[in-house]
Amino acid sequence: MREMIKLFLSVALFSACSGGLLATIQNGTKDRIEYQQLKFVKGPAIQQILEGCSNDPLVDRFKIIDGDKERSFFVGEFDGKRSTVAFESFGKGFGGNIGVIVAVNLENDNIAGIGITTHSETPGVGSRAKTDPDFSSQFKGKSIKEPFKVKADGGQIDAVTGATVTSRGVCGAVIDSAEIYMRLKSKIMEKIKT
Amino acid sequence: MAKSAVQEFTKGLWAEIPPFRLVLGLCPTLAVTKTVENGVGMGIATTFVLVCSNIIISLLRNVIPKRVRIACFIVVIATFVTVVELVMQAFTYPLFLKLGIFIPLIVVNCIVLGRAEAFAAKNGVLSSFADGLGIGIGFTLSLTVLAIVREILGSGTFTLPITGASIAVMGSSFKPFTFMVEAPGAFVCLGLMLCVMNMLGKK
Repeated sequence: MREMIKLFLSVALFSACSGGLLATIQNGTKDRIEYQQLKFVKGPAIQQILEGCSNDPLVDRFKIIDGDKERSFFVGEFDGKRSTVAFESFGKGFGGNIGVIVAVNLENDNIAGIGITTHSETPGVGSRAKTDPDFSSQFKGKSIKEPFKVKADGGQIDAVTGATVTSRGVCGAVIDSAEIYMRLKSKIMEKIKT
Repeated sequence: MAKSAVQEFTKGLWAEIPPFRLVLGLCPTLAVTKTVENGVGMGIATTFVLVCSNIIISLLRNVIPKRVRIACFIVVIATFVTVVELVMQAFTYPLFLKLGIFIPLIVVNCIVLGRAEAFAAKNGVLSSFADGLGIGIGFTLSLTVLAIVREILGSGTFTLPITGASIAVMGSSFKPFTFMVEAPGAFVCLGLMLCVMNMLGKK
C-alpha cells in the first residue's frame, strides 16, 4: 500500500511540475502566438476581402467582449471613411469547424466579402470552398440579414460541387456572423469612432 | 562501460544512426521528408526534445521509481514536445503549419523513448547529453539526405530551411518523378538508403 502511494505521488509530482512549466511558457508566448496566427492565418483572408482599403486592417483592430468571448474586429477604410469591419465566425463543416471572416459595410449592412481561414475539410473537395473565388463571391453585396442557404436546401447559394456539407457550414457561419453583428452593432459603431 | 562523452556523441552520427541503423523513428522519416525544409525542421525539433529529455531523465534516474518509469518518461517527453510546439507557434508559424500533426507525434517517436529507457535511465548526465545530441544530429542528417533525394527527384526543387524559399534546381525541361514525393516512393527511398548503409557497413 505504501509503495502504491509512493508511486502515485511521484507521477503526480512530475505531472504538477510539467504543468507548471508549460503554463509559464504558454503565458510567455501567448501574445506572440496570437500575432503570428493573425499574420499567417487570418491576415491573408482579411487583406483579400478588404482589398483597396487605405489603412492596415491588422493594425487597425479593436476587441469587443461578447458574453464569455473576446471578438476582434478589423477596420477597413475606404474613401476616407472607416466604413467596413471584418470579423471571424465559425460554422460546422464536414470535418470540424470552418472559420469564416465576414466583412460588413456598416452603412448598409451589406457583405463586402467573405474569406475562409481555418478548416478541416476534405482536400480537393471541401477545401475548394476556400480556394474557389466563385463560391465566396456569391456572398458579396448581399445583405447580411439574408437567410443564406444552399440551393439543395431551397436557398440561393450554389454549393461547391460534391461539398454540400462544407457549403452549408459556410452558410451557417455567415448566418452566425449576422447574429453577432446585429447584437454588437451599437458597440461596433461606438468603438469605430475612436 | 567507460566510453567517453565524445564517443557517445559520434556513435549517433554513423554506427547507431537512426533511422538507418537503429531502424527507429521511421514514421516521421517517411512523412516529413517531402521537402528539405520540413525534414530539417523536424530533425531539429526532435533533437531538442531528445537532448532535454535525456538530460532530465538522467538527472532523475535514481529518483523515478522503477515501476512507473515509463509513465514518468512520457510526462517528461510530452512536456518538452509541448514546449517545442509553443516555441514553433511563436517563432516559426509557417513551418509549424507545414509539419502539422507530426510535431505532437514526436512524443511517440521511438527514438526518444528508446534512448530514454535504454540509455538515459542508466547513465550519467554528460553521457546522456552527448548520446541525445549525437543521435538527434544523426537523425537530422538522415532526414536531410532523404529529403534532398526525394525533393530533387520528386519536385525538382530545393526548399531552403530557414527562409522557406524554394529553388528550382533541375531546370524547366525536367519532368518531376512525382512517385518520389508520394508514400510508396518514401518507402522505396528508405529501403535503398538502408541497402547503401548496409553495404558501406560491411566494408
